Amino acid sequence: MKKTHIAALVLIAAAIVVLISYMGDVTTYETIASAKEKSGKTVTVIAKLQPGSLQYDPVKNPNHVAFTAVDTLGNTMPVAYYFEKPTDMEKSERIVLKGKMEDGVFQIRDKQGILLKCPSKYKDDMQKAGEKINETAQG
Amino acid sequence: MEYFGEHLLPGYIGQFFTVLSFTASLLATIAFYKSWQQPDLSEASQQWKRLGRWAFAAETISVLAVFLTLFYIIYNHYFEYKYAWQHSSRDLPFEYLLSCYWEGQEGSFLLWSFWHCVLGWILIARSGKWEAGVMITISFAQACLATMLLGVYVFGQKIGTNPFSLLRSEGFLDNAPIMLNPETGQLRADYLSMIKDGQGLNTLLQNYWMVIHPPVLFLGFASTIVPFAYAMAGLIRKDHSWVTDSLSWGSFAAAALGVGIMMGAAWAYESLSFGGYWAWDPVENASLVPWLLLIAGLHTNLIYKHSGYSLKTTYLFYILSFVLVLYSTFLTRSGVLGDTSVHAFTGADMTGQLLAFVLVFFIPALILFFARSKSMPTINKEESTYSREFWMFIGAMVFMLSGLVIIAQTSTPVFNKIFGTKIAKPEDVEFAFNQVQIFVAIIVGLLTAITQYMKWKHTESAVVGKKLLVPTAIALVTSLCISLFGAIHYDKHGLGFLAAIHIAIFASVYAVVGNAMYIFSGLNGKWKVAGASVAHVGFGMVLVGILISSAKKDILSWNTTGISILKKDGPENPAENITLFKGVRTQMGKYHVTYERDTLNDKYDKKHFALKFENDSTGETFTLYPDVIKNNKGGEGFAANPDAKHYWHKDIFVYVTSWLEGDKEDTTKFTPVTLKAGDTTFYTNGLWFLNKVTVDTKGGKHQLEAGETAMLLDITVISKEGTYYKVNPGIAITADQQRFRVLQDSVVAQGLVFAFNKIADEKQGTLEIGVKESRRMTDLLTLKVLEFPFINILWLGIVVMTIGFGMSMAYRIRMKHRLKAV
Repeated sequence: MKKTHIAALVLIAAAIVVLISYMGDVTTYETIASAKEKSGKTVTVIAKLQPGSLQYDPVKNPNHVAFTAVDTLGNTMPVAYYFEKPTDMEKSERIVLKGKMEDGVFQIRDKQGILLKCPSKYKDDMQKAGEKINETAQG
Repeated sequence: MEYFGEHLLPGYIGQFFTVLSFTASLLATIAFYKSWQQPDLSEASQQWKRLGRWAFAAETISVLAVFLTLFYIIYNHYFEYKYAWQHSSRDLPFEYLLSCYWEGQEGSFLLWSFWHCVLGWILIARSGKWEAGVMITISFAQACLATMLLGVYVFGQKIGTNPFSLLRSEGFLDNAPIMLNPETGQLRADYLSMIKDGQGLNTLLQNYWMVIHPPVLFLGFASTIVPFAYAMAGLIRKDHSWVTDSLSWGSFAAAALGVGIMMGAAWAYESLSFGGYWAWDPVENASLVPWLLLIAGLHTNLIYKHSGYSLKTTYLFYILSFVLVLYSTFLTRSGVLGDTSVHAFTGADMTGQLLAFVLVFFIPALILFFARSKSMPTINKEESTYSREFWMFIGAMVFMLSGLVIIAQTSTPVFNKIFGTKIAKPEDVEFAFNQVQIFVAIIVGLLTAITQYMKWKHTESAVVGKKLLVPTAIALVTSLCISLFGAIHYDKHGLGFLAAIHIAIFASVYAVVGNAMYIFSGLNGKWKVAGASVAHVGFGMVLVGILISSAKKDILSWNTTGISILKKDGPENPAENITLFKGVRTQMGKYHVTYERDTLNDKYDKKHFALKFENDSTGETFTLYPDVIKNNKGGEGFAANPDAKHYWHKDIFVYVTSWLEGDKEDTTKFTPVTLKAGDTTFYTNGLWFLNKVTVDTKGGKHQLEAGETAMLLDITVISKEGTYYKVNPGIAITADQQRFRVLQDSVVAQGLVFAFNKIADEKQGTLEIGVKESRRMTDLLTLKVLEFPFINILWLGIVVMTIGFGMSMAYRIRMKHRLKAV
């Protein structure tokens, strides 16, 4: 076997090792119920904002957002996020949360730990888009 | 039914040319294929080639017609067309109308098609005997892209989305009762007069980088097809002599794609939507990986041309690089990344069609490659360890594998879809990538520095060592200086990672120094042939810039107002935002910041804030004007748009993360409270207590007039959140004790104002203090301030690298002409 082949094989093996060890770093998608069971472990949960539960007062603390998340199974959990409130959070239709459950509160200490999915005004929600057209036409 | 005011003609024209574009490019594909099957100079081959050219001309006219028609619709604000209504609005300046054009899926596909046409004609003019061969692939790609715009149903499956579809046929208006005729329930004939404006362009995209980044990026995407097309033509004919032509095209594609990606990075950096220029977001990765593969292919291509090794890898890398462009299109546009990317490219449901777009190129390419690989010439003799080809091959392998690792990590949502797993993002996304790629940077940096000093075939090890002595010494000294005096203490991920950063700094400095010196010691200063060395210097600078700016990136807005006693601020609880009250000078790290005023620009729905910065140590003052734009597409929210102070060695970015207007009128009154030193009392959001009463002539934070003596109360306020504040209300008494002034003090953050009213009972030592609570005393904003040091090395590196690619492209083209002349 040629040296280049050996080197190539070694490098490919290294790449595979890297990918396998990456699998150790990843989190898993959980429901709120299973996130509670895996308390202390970082997990990813897809949930919704419970209407009216969002608390953010920059006067008191600009780095603290608290809200209640509710998933499709109807379970809820309190969430704490230690950054500014993401723009348009109130209108998100889905939130991807990455953090860990500690003492019954889902703690998010990574800025990227909240990913908002806002409804696309055109595809997902023709109803709303139509209503908006209605509004602007009247106004 | 007729509707008033609609302009239907452009739509008909657009649709006609969309269909023509599809047919013409299919015809061109067939004609060029037929031509390529015949011997080069045969009559049949020439005839088919001529037909192919005519068909491609029809295709080009069609694409231009579609392109211009769609722009005409946007430019004239014909909101009866969904595309114009959805992506543009009347108030946008001309350049942003272009951004509107590429905001949508259809417009960006058109841009891609447009570049294929341009590249196609250059190839027809310049590629000589390879013309028909390469044009097969280009024409076929055009046919595939045309299907993305067809918008027809075939066997119940929707093929493409038509950019010329009308708003009224998309179902939106059915939900707008005012648009309907109350008697018939049908759309009113004059419905269009009621649609006054479009949805406008996403606020984040209203940035000059978004005008230019998509065209350049798509030029990069489009040009990766050229090396691939050469490879396919070569495979069909079992002719591998295309490797010379592909070098200049590969350099061009690498430059265009590289610049396109980094313009996106510059946009991300300036609009700070990702908190920096690179965040390993799936969309960013998907465009980086084809570039990595292309660079790998370019290097193995050189190896084959000079030594005869690595032909198969060259084929494979060029195939993968183009297929990964298609795959990235699939990833970013199919919506599969929905839960992992901040870019929400969820549009029309075209998953199946996009996947077919990848496979229709990948599968035939693989089949052809394996069918031909047996017959490809290989050299059995082993490369010398002291040869350029050996180390270049290792470098290319590392680049390729680094790309494949990144794309595999990015593809977990696809993996989840196929295997039903539940893999989400890692706990720390950036570190998961960085901890791997830093080693790639080290290896590639070292190889870039050393490899040029080895000649093709073989160089004596002693010679290599001797030549490398000076560059190695200079690089060592330089990087040690950076490491020792550069204050790089990025220990967030442990000492091992910090050590890797320092080694990588050495490796990348080595790449810069090694290649810069090689231009003189290896090439004797002949700049004509120095393209590769210049590109390598630029690449080394990019690495240095990335390493230093990321390791030293700093948040300046650490919240230092009111020190929390309940929660410890630190890496665990980063507290990146600081709250500023209008007119209150606030300490922020080494600066004092004052929110001086704000102005509202009604036309663009923008609110500008004037923030005055004073550097405590240098005395430097400057004012920055970040703004917020009303988020047109999202509704009521506001999008922050930062302002920056640029220095040669660092940038300071400032952006407003939220803002609130204060209560307009202050109607609350002072409530008297009587207490003595040591007593505690409550307010709505916590408690406060009187520590002691002091008398002095300095007055603390209050200004005293000559001869006055101050009697000050030392009060501590502790809020429910655990933050505590010191306040010192008091009175100033003139020397003759005839007159006195009340010295109020306040805790703006808590909306508390204190006034010392009088001494209530001298014997018991009780005092009467007036307390006023207003919920919000003034306008406020929360601010985030970031510092990026030495980011300019990164941008300059990109420029140098692009110049290098340009130089080597020019050199290759000149060489080819010289060969022709001989």
